[in-house]
Amino acid sequence: MNARTERLRSESLAARPTLSSERAELLTSFYRENDGRWSVPVMRARSFLHLCRHKSIHIGDGELIVGERGPRPKVVPTYPELTCHSLEDLDILHSRPKTSYAVPPECRRAYAETVIPYWRGRSLRDRIFPALPEAWHAAYAAGMFTEFMEQRAPGHTVLDDKIYRRGLRDLQADIAAEEAALDFVVDPRAHDRREQLDAMHIACEAVMLLAERHAELAESVAQREPDATRRAELERIAAVCRRVPAHAPRDFHEALQSYWFCHLGVITELNGWDAFSPGHLDQHLMPFYRQGLADGSLTDAAARELIECFFVKFNNHPAPPKVGVTAAESGTYTDFANINIGGLLSDGADGSNPVSHLLLDVVDEMHLLQPSSNLQLSRKSPDVLIEHALRVVRKGYGFPSIFNADAVVEEQLRQGKTLEDARAGGCSGCVEVGAFGKEAYILTGYFNLPKVLELALHDGVDPRTGAQLGPRTGSDFASFDELFGAFERQLRHFLDVKIGGNQIIERIYATAMPAPFLSVLTDDCIRKGVDYNAGGARYDNSFIQGVGIGTITDSLAALRQEVFETGERTLGELVAALDHDFAGDDALRQRLWNRTPKWGNDDDRADELMRRVFDAFFAAVDGRPNTRGGRYRIEMLPTTCHVYFGSVTGATPDGRRAGAPLSEGISPVQGADRKGPTAVLKSAGKMDHVRTGGTLLNMKFTPELLVGDAGVRRLTQLVRGYFKLDGHHVQFNVVDADTLRAAKADPGAHRDLIVRVAGYSDYFCDLSEALQDEIIARTEHSAL
Amino acid sequence: MQPTGIVFDVQRFSLHDGPGLRTTVFLKGCPARCLWCHNPESQDPRPEVLVSAQRCVGCGACVAACPLGTPEPGRPRSAGERAVCLRCGACVDACPTGARRLVGRPATVTEVMADVLADRIFFEESAGGVTFSGGEPLMQSEFLVALLRAARDAGLHTAVETCGAVAWRRLRAVAPHADLFLYDLKVFDEERHRAVTGLSGRQVLDNLRALARIHDDVRVRIPVVPGVNDDLDGLRHSARFVAALRGVRHVDLLPYHATGATKFAATGRDYPLIDVAPPSAERMEACAAPFRAVGLEVHIGGDGHECTDRTAAE
Repeated sequence: MNARTERLRSESLAARPTLSSERAELLTSFYRENDGRWSVPVMRARSFLHLCRHKSIHIGDGELIVGERGPRPKVVPTYPELTCHSLEDLDILHSRPKTSYAVPPECRRAYAETVIPYWRGRSLRDRIFPALPEAWHAAYAAGMFTEFMEQRAPGHTVLDDKIYRRGLRDLQADIAAEEAALDFVVDPRAHDRREQLDAMHIACEAVMLLAERHAELAESVAQREPDATRRAELERIAAVCRRVPAHAPRDFHEALQSYWFCHLGVITELNGWDAFSPGHLDQHLMPFYRQGLADGSLTDAAARELIECFFVKFNNHPAPPKVGVTAAESGTYTDFANINIGGLLSDGADGSNPVSHLLLDVVDEMHLLQPSSNLQLSRKSPDVLIEHALRVVRKGYGFPSIFNADAVVEEQLRQGKTLEDARAGGCSGCVEVGAFGKEAYILTGYFNLPKVLELALHDGVDPRTGAQLGPRTGSDFASFDELFGAFERQLRHFLDVKIGGNQIIERIYATAMPAPFLSVLTDDCIRKGVDYNAGGARYDNSFIQGVGIGTITDSLAALRQEVFETGERTLGELVAALDHDFAGDDALRQRLWNRTPKWGNDDDRADELMRRVFDAFFAAVDGRPNTRGGRYRIEMLPTTCHVYFGSVTGATPDGRRAGAPLSEGISPVQGADRKGPTAVLKSAGKMDHVRTGGTLLNMKFTPELLVGDAGVRRLTQLVRGYFKLDGHHVQFNVVDADTLRAAKADPGAHRDLIVRVAGYSDYFCDLSEALQDEIIARTEHSAL
Repeated sequence: MQPTGIVFDVQRFSLHDGPGLRTTVFLKGCPARCLWCHNPESQDPRPEVLVSAQRCVGCGACVAACPLGTPEPGRPRSAGERAVCLRCGACVDACPTGARRLVGRPATVTEVMADVLADRIFFEESAGGVTFSGGEPLMQSEFLVALLRAARDAGLHTAVETCGAVAWRRLRAVAPHADLFLYDLKVFDEERHRAVTGLSGRQVLDNLRALARIHDDVRVRIPVVPGVNDDLDGLRHSARFVAALRGVRHVDLLPYHATGATKFAATGRDYPLIDVAPPSAERMEACAAPFRAVGLEVHIGGDGHECTDRTAAE
């Protein structure tokens, strides 16, 4: 970092996340005046244009890349058309100890006087819940699953290379051409398409206007700027903002700024999950980098500085605050923007280049919470790339996570994508796979696998409430297979309930909440004249994310051994002990915890049951149609939902106590892996990752293990070995338990301690106490 | 019938017992009684029960299960009680917490190799393999030869870690089947050797000299235990002895650490080195000097293979 970027970074770190009602108020007044005048897509586009025309804009001292979603850095707008926060929500956000957001009095007042009176009952969240059936509500309240889209829009998406080749004016020309070709006589949906295309056209106008306003602001600040150097920078900023994103960028600076305006457009239009991501940034920037060095307009230092300024922009944007269950499952400031490094070119060649290393250097130097970064490691990637990445990883910031680029391609081919689109795709969010710029890959919610087993052991009754939540599948089983059959029936039931709910929510978004600007950026929405939320994308997958595979595997292994093999206990005795959380029978709990087969030890007695659960989950989900012309798929990741799911799940047969967190991702149960990292990787490698859209494996190493070239090399060997088994992803926490305990005891002294949580990194001191304890408990792999 | 032996541990992701990622197989039984022994549970050639007092919850299941009536939960057997223990493992099976472990199990070559080959993919990725350690693996030399043959047949790099205090014919029989020897040279002085290991050191030196003539990859390893064998005079003798051996170019100096203490307690023995602290980095450097002075390559710590490999590659 130089003095400029060091200052921008520390300003970004120091600013407290604060809520702003500006967007909500602008939107409310526009809706009050205009709702009903135009079609839904055009109304959305015009309100977006209104926001871009009137929102406060900001150019910070010393900034080179400009643009904020809110009026200032770390000031966060709200989206009452999706979720209208109550005054109580605002008070909780303001005062809660973790991931709080300051709510200024004028923001609260605006909500009380203007925003809530208009949006209460009109927001999508207020419309979605009443539309869902009773069975859905019962299962949701019991913690069988969560629902992503009840308060944030479908997003989870990533840009490809289109804006580096073409400007929004070019895309508007495409839109106009499609409109001209509409045939209102033969195409019964021609009118819908025209409205949608009109909306996309307006959305482009909105983002270009936003850029123009930044150009004007930069010019006026420049006129008052006494320092000649800064004045020249501001004039340069103005020139860049006049050029992009209306036109294709011509140099490195324009390329970064063009992306950033598109990013701002997507996250201002709607509050989509995972914000938005630049995808293969190293590949996209490489032509501009090469050309700049060749013609002398760019130096390595200048490129680095621009990337650092660009990274600060991400960190200036905490996730808009969530409420309710969703806040519990995803309690973090990070908004999951994720940068891919390395990977493959669409022709199959190694995609890494000098900018890949530049990005790794910046990740290393800045270690910001946002953006996340990940390494896409292919068979073809040189060791020098992963070794560089692991040198960053071992510092303990949790970045970058490591993905198997070859498996990522194979997963997408299985879903029917073209080879070229699959290679140009990659990972975003935590670990999710998509075809960048061409896919709506929507995460619909987490699914509590151990809770399903709990119901199967209780004849469909939730022991927490006594309610008959699932079908009656019996409680006396002559064999393990019979018990597993009951589990499968409960599983299918709750997945039906979940998918049924998804279908309703998807249609509500498709009809009531189109995203015209995101549609412009996603192929083939323009060509089809159909919105991103309605099936316009080339590929449309909906995902359900299984949580607790370790807990359920160990539970089944324990049941099979203790009840059906050794006959140590009857099923009735064991279930009774679970119902009492092992009260008075600690010897049983100890036995279940210590003396039964555990996933994560390369022990087929457990691992084979993981496969059975995986196959059952896969069979109940994969290939079922969604409403957008695509299919349902599975993923195995938890974010922080394993803590919430654990809190609603009673004691489990693996010796886990009631309310304790479930296992996280596809990692073994916390502390159950006792044979070291190679055994964990072997167990994890028995899952068929290729049939998922992403799996998340977390490993924690003590720093000593990673010292020197030898440490980096052995970590490389572990990763390459795991990827030979088609492992999808692995990430490393490099920190010792004493450090974590110290941080928990004295947060003030450890504010900057970032740990890998579950597909993303977060400040340790911002995590809930339960999550802190879990991270401490996670086995430390050390061969010392 | 295939040979069987007594194995007391199979440790995967072993990093300090040869090149690459390895699995180390620990064979039970050792003639030496080194004061600093890291694996005191390896000394007795028979299976034995280890008890971790920390994990014991005092439920008494072990007492109920023991045909003789286990003395009390949470406490390992005394020497006298060990003499009568049937080593049947009934108390271990009954223990709900895993506080009791039966260390040492009879295993066939096929069983051991199944455990070893589980990590083949990581051996291949790292040019690693399998290391046989102990105890003293050469005490089960027929079993060891069979294991080494099987590992070679599977294409693995093989290493043997030995204290050298065995009959030469055993070492000679094993030598052609191992790619690498990690050979302990604990103390040069005979009297001192007897005092701290309970064995004569002559055989150790004679065997090392003979092995270095017929094997070209022998690394000498010296545990550096403060106050026990870190006198520079003794180290100078060792250095001169090693320098004269063709076929030995590398010496690993392994700093003492106290991991043996908890294991001594778990086996019901007193730890003799209770007050010894690990040597400082400076002390380790000082101990390395005599070896460097005679032209040997010295590595401090157990992962010298990786460093020398990298040097060789560059």
